[in-house]
Amino acid sequence: MSVKVTIDGITIEVEPGTSILNAARQIGGDIVPPAMCYYSKLKDSGGKCRTCLVKVSKGSEKDPRPMPKLVASCRTTVMDGMEVQNITSPEVVEARKGIVEMLLLNHPLDCPICDQAGECHLQDLAFEHGAVKTRYEFDRRTFEKIDIGDKIQLHMTRCILCYRCVFVADQITDHRIHGILNRGDHSEISTYIQHAVDNDFSGNVIDVCPVGALTDKTFRFKNRVWFTKPVEAHRDCDHPKCNGKVTLWYKGEEVLRVTARKDQYGEVEDFICNTCRFDKKNTSDWVIEGPRQVSHKSVISANHYDFIPLPVIKTDPYLIEANKEQFERDTRL
Amino acid sequence: MARKLLLEHINVPGINTFDVYRSKGGYAAVEKALKTMSPDDVVEEVKKSGLRGRGGAGFPTGMKWSFLAKPEGVARYLVCNADESEPGTFKDRYLMTYIPHLLIEGMIAASFALGAKISYIYVRGEMMPQIRILEKAIAEAKNAGFLGKNILGTGYDLELYVQPGGGAYICGEETALLESLEGKRGNPRIKPPFPAIAGLYGCPTVVNNVESIAAVVPIINEGGDEYAKVGIGRSTGTKLISAGGNVKKPGVYEIDLGLPVEEFLYSDEYCGGIANGKRLKAVVAGGSSVPILPANLFLKTIKNEPRLMSYESLSDGGFVSGTMMGSGGFIAFDEDQCIVRNTWNFSRFYHHESCGQCSPCREGTGWMEKVLHRLEHGHGKMSDMDLLVDVSKKIEGNTICPLGDAAAWPVASAIRHFRDEFEWHVSHGAEAVTRNFGLAHYADPLPQPETVA
Repeated sequence: MSVKVTIDGITIEVEPGTSILNAARQIGGDIVPPAMCYYSKLKDSGGKCRTCLVKVSKGSEKDPRPMPKLVASCRTTVMDGMEVQNITSPEVVEARKGIVEMLLLNHPLDCPICDQAGECHLQDLAFEHGAVKTRYEFDRRTFEKIDIGDKIQLHMTRCILCYRCVFVADQITDHRIHGILNRGDHSEISTYIQHAVDNDFSGNVIDVCPVGALTDKTFRFKNRVWFTKPVEAHRDCDHPKCNGKVTLWYKGEEVLRVTARKDQYGEVEDFICNTCRFDKKNTSDWVIEGPRQVSHKSVISANHYDFIPLPVIKTDPYLIEANKEQFERDTRL
Repeated sequence: MARKLLLEHINVPGINTFDVYRSKGGYAAVEKALKTMSPDDVVEEVKKSGLRGRGGAGFPTGMKWSFLAKPEGVARYLVCNADESEPGTFKDRYLMTYIPHLLIEGMIAASFALGAKISYIYVRGEMMPQIRILEKAIAEAKNAGFLGKNILGTGYDLELYVQPGGGAYICGEETALLESLEGKRGNPRIKPPFPAIAGLYGCPTVVNNVESIAAVVPIINEGGDEYAKVGIGRSTGTKLISAGGNVKKPGVYEIDLGLPVEEFLYSDEYCGGIANGKRLKAVVAGGSSVPILPANLFLKTIKNEPRLMSYESLSDGGFVSGTMMGSGGFIAFDEDQCIVRNTWNFSRFYHHESCGQCSPCREGTGWMEKVLHRLEHGHGKMSDMDLLVDVSKKIEGNTICPLGDAAAWPVASAIRHFRDEFEWHVSHGAEAVTRNFGLAHYADPLPQPETVA
């Protein structure tokens, strides 16, 4: 039993109970709404950043009324016959532009010195959906940097309050000691009275953080991500919950950092333990599998040679010709 | 003088005690409901009465009750929302302070109708005296056998608890209230699921305002049809209005819905007119989150009909020229009040009370507050008004809970109706800090559209 949903005119059949966002991800391409707070591997995440708002122009086959407001696609389940508009609705595009502006209001825009630059979701989001200039003319809120544990630094000024790290601590680690303090735009992620976060899986908060609020202290200011080369590797990790499958980020011969493997939506495939992440930084610790494929749209692949196979076209002579030109252009050094 | 349904015995000395309340016919509704009616009958009576939620949204209470899921073996809860924090509204506090047994009686009857064995009254943390009053009233009712096991020998058990909140505006939003009641951070939940399906501790829950629950008492006593005769159209019954601002006699008034606003504002029975012989400039009709209206549009609708105190009439004209009933926090502004300052004040409140969960409200409320602060203190720009309207549009409807809308509406409406004053604050920046814009044309009769033959 599957349900039919149409997103921007593309129909797909999905399992009942799938969210609109996941249905869109199954279709793929430009119609996938951006998500800053939703994380498919974390239960109950999503619904907070509002960047994935979409318009439901037809509720379902049974009840074809449109939904009165834009809905968060990550937390709205599809109904049979639902019709969703994402990039085809000017209303959604406008609302999303507003959300991006709001998210950037109190964000410091210190990308030049931020370790997350290059793999920052907010950067990508602002590039794709935001305005060139902000209309905000006031001082941004700032916080002191704090070290939560000896390996992780929290720079709250950059935080967009996606709550992902809170969900990680709740669901992946044994014990959560950080959370949200205060209210409104003064709310902050913190451990109460600077208590240190200390457990085997705490490093994963770095991977799930969409911005540079939580950074790896063993990697801070070592290099820009786009100068490093991602390589897939694994090791025989003895932690029961960690399978040791990671991405090593090389600069020359040196492993600068270790992260979990992230998919095209920036979500990790498997969470890794702190030993793998912070303590194993020699090539000899790892079994190298090969280069990690990074989307050619990402700045990380900017200096890497990356071959994208062209679609095979056999019938249309015009397209075959165009394809050849494209092939030459893409493979020219 | 219209008949009072809720505040009939409010002036009886000692009405806050069980004995006096009982001698005035109190707890008759509980007796009638538990002994002679089935739970469905009670729901049916409330449906017939057409009672609409008194907390602000005006959703029919009977309908809300009938949506409650009733799976076997799962507890159901009734939660009374006494986290009254809307600026300008103080009717629930009044009710709980002076006639607490009315609320207790309503809670028992409503819990019986919904089949709840445990019910909560969630009171805002600042209202400590009211919490003590309610606890005392509950103890008295329990002594008299109206609460606890086997109430009045009917076999119905009910425990009623008072839970103080932490004093956050956001905890008046029903799902945030439930989170807070569960002992978590008061962040609104993402709906669906609605509380009627999965509310408190994941069980079906109904959350009602204090006044809605109190109104169940006269509905049961007199019957839903009788109750529906009071009022006008779909706005049935009576409503408590907390009149404040520059009126001669501020206070809580019980009115029949459908009373002309002019009568409410100027008759001696109610507000008694504007204090100190001033003239009316603007009115916020239902608590700080509803759109503000200038005097001329408030007294008469855009069709030049007199406006009435009812859900429909107040919202006549939509957001262009109407407002909302809201929670009944009636604030009148006289000619000396500065609308820019007031809007800034409201905006400051919403900035302070935003929970910070979803981005448009968290960031947008602070932005609006800062821009309005600048305008009020004479450093504004002409482009600020358009900016504010645009920001309010970006917030409205894009948030998890209605706080975003509540923050956006007063700003958007103030600029819509009082743009002259905002512009004057920019063009006469230095003067704006020392004196007010005054009444201007805001009380002038509405221009009549020319009839084209």
